[in-house]
Amino acid sequence: MFDFALNNAWLIPLLPALAFGIITLFTKKMIKLSASISIGAILISFVLSVILGIELIGQGDTFLEHPYKAVVTWFSMPGLSIEVGTLIDNISVMMLLVVTFITSLVQIYSLGYMRGDPGLARFFAYVSLFAASMLGLVIAPNLLIMFVFWELVGLCSYLLIGFWYGKISASAAAKKAFITCRAGDFGLLLGIILLQINFGTLDLQQLSVMIPNFTQYTGLTAVGLTVIAIILFLGPMAKSGQFPFHVWLPDAMEGPTPVSALIHAATMVVAGVYLVGRILTLFITLPSALLFVAIIGAFTALFAATIAITQTEMKKILAYSTISQLGYMMLALGAASLTASMFHLMTHAFFKALLFLGAGCVLHAMHNEASIWKYGGLRKYMPVTYWTFLIGCLAIAGIFPFAGFFSKDLIMEVTFAASSLSGHAHGPFPVAYTVLFLMAALTAFLTAFYMFRMFFICFHGELRSKEVQPHEAPKVMTVPLIILGIFSIISGWVGWPGLGEGQAFGYFVRLGEFQVMEANWLLIILSTLLALFGIGLAALFYWKKSFSPQAVIERVPFLYKLSYNKYYIDEFYLWIIHNIIDKCGWLLWKFDIYVIDGIVNGFGKMAQWGGAVMRKVQTGQLQHYALIFFMGIVLMLLLLSFTGVHSPAIGLMGGAK
Amino acid sequence: MNFPVLTTILLLPLLGAIISIFVPKEKSSIIKGIAGITTFIPLVLTIWIYYLYYTQHMATGGYAFTESIPWVKDLGITYGLGVDGFSLPLVLLTSVIGFCAVYSRSWSVETRAKEFYILLLILITGVMGTFLATDLFIFFLFYEVVIIPIYLMVIIWGSGSKTRKDIGKEYAGMKLTIYLLIGSAFLLAGLIWMYMLAGEMLGVLTFDLATLATLNFAPNLQIAIFGLMALGFLSLISMFPFHSWSPDGYAGAPTAVSMIHAGVLKKIGGYGLIRIGIFLFPVGAKFWAPVIAVLAIGNVVYTALISLAQKDMKYVVGYSSVSHMGFVLIGIASLSLVGLNGAVANMFGHGIMAALFFSIIGYIYGITKTRYIPDLGGLAHQMPRLAGAFLVAAMASAGLPGLLTFVPEVTIFIGAFDSPITRIPAFIVLTGIVIGAVYVLRMAANVLFGPRKEQWDYVEDIKGFSLLPIAVLVAFAVIFGLFPSLLMDMVNSGIQPIAAKLLSAGSQIGGSL
Repeated sequence: MFDFALNNAWLIPLLPALAFGIITLFTKKMIKLSASISIGAILISFVLSVILGIELIGQGDTFLEHPYKAVVTWFSMPGLSIEVGTLIDNISVMMLLVVTFITSLVQIYSLGYMRGDPGLARFFAYVSLFAASMLGLVIAPNLLIMFVFWELVGLCSYLLIGFWYGKISASAAAKKAFITCRAGDFGLLLGIILLQINFGTLDLQQLSVMIPNFTQYTGLTAVGLTVIAIILFLGPMAKSGQFPFHVWLPDAMEGPTPVSALIHAATMVVAGVYLVGRILTLFITLPSALLFVAIIGAFTALFAATIAITQTEMKKILAYSTISQLGYMMLALGAASLTASMFHLMTHAFFKALLFLGAGCVLHAMHNEASIWKYGGLRKYMPVTYWTFLIGCLAIAGIFPFAGFFSKDLIMEVTFAASSLSGHAHGPFPVAYTVLFLMAALTAFLTAFYMFRMFFICFHGELRSKEVQPHEAPKVMTVPLIILGIFSIISGWVGWPGLGEGQAFGYFVRLGEFQVMEANWLLIILSTLLALFGIGLAALFYWKKSFSPQAVIERVPFLYKLSYNKYYIDEFYLWIIHNIIDKCGWLLWKFDIYVIDGIVNGFGKMAQWGGAVMRKVQTGQLQHYALIFFMGIVLMLLLLSFTGVHSPAIGLMGGAK
Repeated sequence: MNFPVLTTILLLPLLGAIISIFVPKEKSSIIKGIAGITTFIPLVLTIWIYYLYYTQHMATGGYAFTESIPWVKDLGITYGLGVDGFSLPLVLLTSVIGFCAVYSRSWSVETRAKEFYILLLILITGVMGTFLATDLFIFFLFYEVVIIPIYLMVIIWGSGSKTRKDIGKEYAGMKLTIYLLIGSAFLLAGLIWMYMLAGEMLGVLTFDLATLATLNFAPNLQIAIFGLMALGFLSLISMFPFHSWSPDGYAGAPTAVSMIHAGVLKKIGGYGLIRIGIFLFPVGAKFWAPVIAVLAIGNVVYTALISLAQKDMKYVVGYSSVSHMGFVLIGIASLSLVGLNGAVANMFGHGIMAALFFSIIGYIYGITKTRYIPDLGGLAHQMPRLAGAFLVAAMASAGLPGLLTFVPEVTIFIGAFDSPITRIPAFIVLTGIVIGAVYVLRMAANVLFGPRKEQWDYVEDIKGFSLLPIAVLVAFAVIFGLFPSLLMDMVNSGIQPIAAKLLSAGSQIGGSL
């Protein structure tokens, strides 16, 4: 059973890909059949992943040290050979489990959420294509194949954000997402090309062996390789919504909510984190590059949190919280901890999918009314959503014993360990990490505050909107919520500090030697206090109404506006696009028409003018022709006698041969 | 192989044209049928020889299915045909686009269908001949044959544009033709010069490419002759600043001509540059490569920015095709095996993509009578199938993996970054992948998406024979995208001798440059 799953791991992405093909080509008209094909395919992939997962856990760290790799050549030529296939190790199997699990749940949930949508077959086709691409990315054995699937998940994101293509805003958001990610991909592709020409391979395993000793294999200096690493990191920054590429992610909420849960919260956006995790050796070899990752992560985490506290739409708040949490994951990578980032990636996938699906239930109940100020008191009408959403909020706020507590705490711990506060930091930049640690702590407080701000406004008090009668969502939607709720509680326990070899998450998913994590009680108490303080403050403002948020806004109207308008970054980008790039295009077009074409037409005009002049020679008088003829012969004779050569060219002209 | 398969592929469209002459002009559907059959059979035959070459000849390389009939013995002219790994993808491209062009909708063709299809078939023969010829005289002959039908087709069946009211189809057709003619004049001068020189060196006159390739011309002469020929070839492949015929020409031309011209004909420039220029004059190529690399920036970045400002769909694709040729040029200028492989493969990839785009736009234009983007919008509501194909074309233009343009582009960049001449230009050119995504996605958003417009409710989705070219081209884009080795192995086997020539030239005369 296990051997079958291992040797045929390529089936895991292929099945959803086949589902996509079948739906697009044949069953587009049959909605129910299309949905069954799509869900059936992803469930089989899920089962295969579970089989792999169980066996891998049983085998300890065998696969971590000796990954299973099966490849065939995709294309090759002398000096460039790219293989496609599967690379199965603990990290990829963990991702396979997360992706197939969440995708299955989201697809089932969509049966309820998207009921009656005429494009449902198309929806399932796109989601299947997404699942295929994401799973392909996860098990890709080399960077170029990763890039292939990376772009394909970007395509699916584009298609699904713009799913309701009749809406201008949806089509604009889709375009924005694709182009922003493309801007990052410029860096990623450049980085990949530079690695290829310097190391001669893009294979992940070979690179991780060669990179630590790069001076043996290449003529690169440490600075050169650092530049390559940072250029390459631009791609993950864009995909994972890191500052300054984060602008596309909030707009991506134009897509259907299940899509937001699946692609823009749980899976695709973490592809950047995953890619950096896959080549973390590159960054660990170069402390400056590592610090760069950490700075971007910590700054993004804090920056997005300061925007989230003033937003007024559930999905927008969740989007900024996703950006913020992705920043945490990057920070963990920047602290050289693969374990912490992958752990948070996993728990975040569960509780963020839960939160988004919960928000979907609320939107469903409120007939797509977006503003949270129209909600209120929803606890009465939708108890299942209420309780599961509460679990999600507690998890993301980092309250014991929910999943986010464990994973966020681990990130705090690894950052703390790299900072000068710990007293035993190894890296060259302990002071910098101290600042980053404080930023992460502040973010933890803000996270708890804005999540519970939203929670209290939506679910407590009285319903503000008069038009709608909210109701609980159908079972097909609430059951996935409950399952995700359970996982949002228990998935953190695998990271319980003190779990040893063969038990801890950090034993199965790690880079380097395994160390038992000692619980740092000071940190645990600090982060819990910060979270509780955030929740308490939110309760005072929005539940008990002891203080008026309006009064605070009036104190600092400038800061409020800055946060509410997302620091005007979108406006800035739009200004650049419209006033610089588009103007530039227009000017160059005019240059092309009037200067370049002007010269071409000028030659044409000259020929016409020349013709007009030369026409005068054609007088029709025989004497003139004879004179010119005679002068020509004299000239030729003079030429020949002075040069004295019988050039073959002249011979050819005169036919003298 | 006794059966003259290449001659069959070459002359069947011409035969179709001759038969069509005898069909009364009212029976336009019969004429279209003849054109369909006489392009479909060559397509099948091409796929067949592609398969045969891929399985049997690729390992050894070199010309296969050769035919050679002496024609003008005194001048050393032979009717010589043959295909290798380099020309075969382009022959396949010609066959598939030729077939698809017949079934693509051009809005004004109905009026004089008979003449249109006759000229189209002659055009296809001409393009095919250049790729099949192993004799440079035959190559040049077909190169010239191409020009006449194009001129007539543009000025008779062409159309003006709403964004360029100052110029009409007559201007577009004339500009296209004069550019090609001037370019071919330079090419002819270079060819004759080389022919005379080779005649002196060999003691016998010949146009045979394989024989000429054995010669080592003096470095200075190589630089001069390569320069002359390159002027011809590079204006055909629309190198900046000799590109301005291309957007106007494509916008003015009827759909079939745009497809063939952007899809295959301009690739003759790249083909000639590599097959004749680099193969025969490697030293000359080394001398000119930096110039080409720098001008390629103009192609990619400059025209991509201009594409952003376009409001006519055909101008967007027209400028984008100039932009894409910059990728090809930078691959050529890298003068490395990897870069050249990428350049050739990208010519194939861009050909399929551009033909698909023009075929779709031709359909939209034919049915809505407008190509002006602000007039359109929300067409995905009325034409979901066409919208899907449009997205495939747009994504292929943006170089999406899984479609056939991705691997060639990556290969080009790996080759270009690896070569010191092209490293810095390649860095700038790489920004083209971002701008390239912007203009196609903008066009897709403004044409396909947005609220349903009732004025287009009468529009029917594409179906029947009109669907044929789009389905075939999409299939090509996906199959070669998923299995790039089908193309890359083939190209590699054809380019290897040329790259070897470059290497040996480098070691022979490396010091003197």
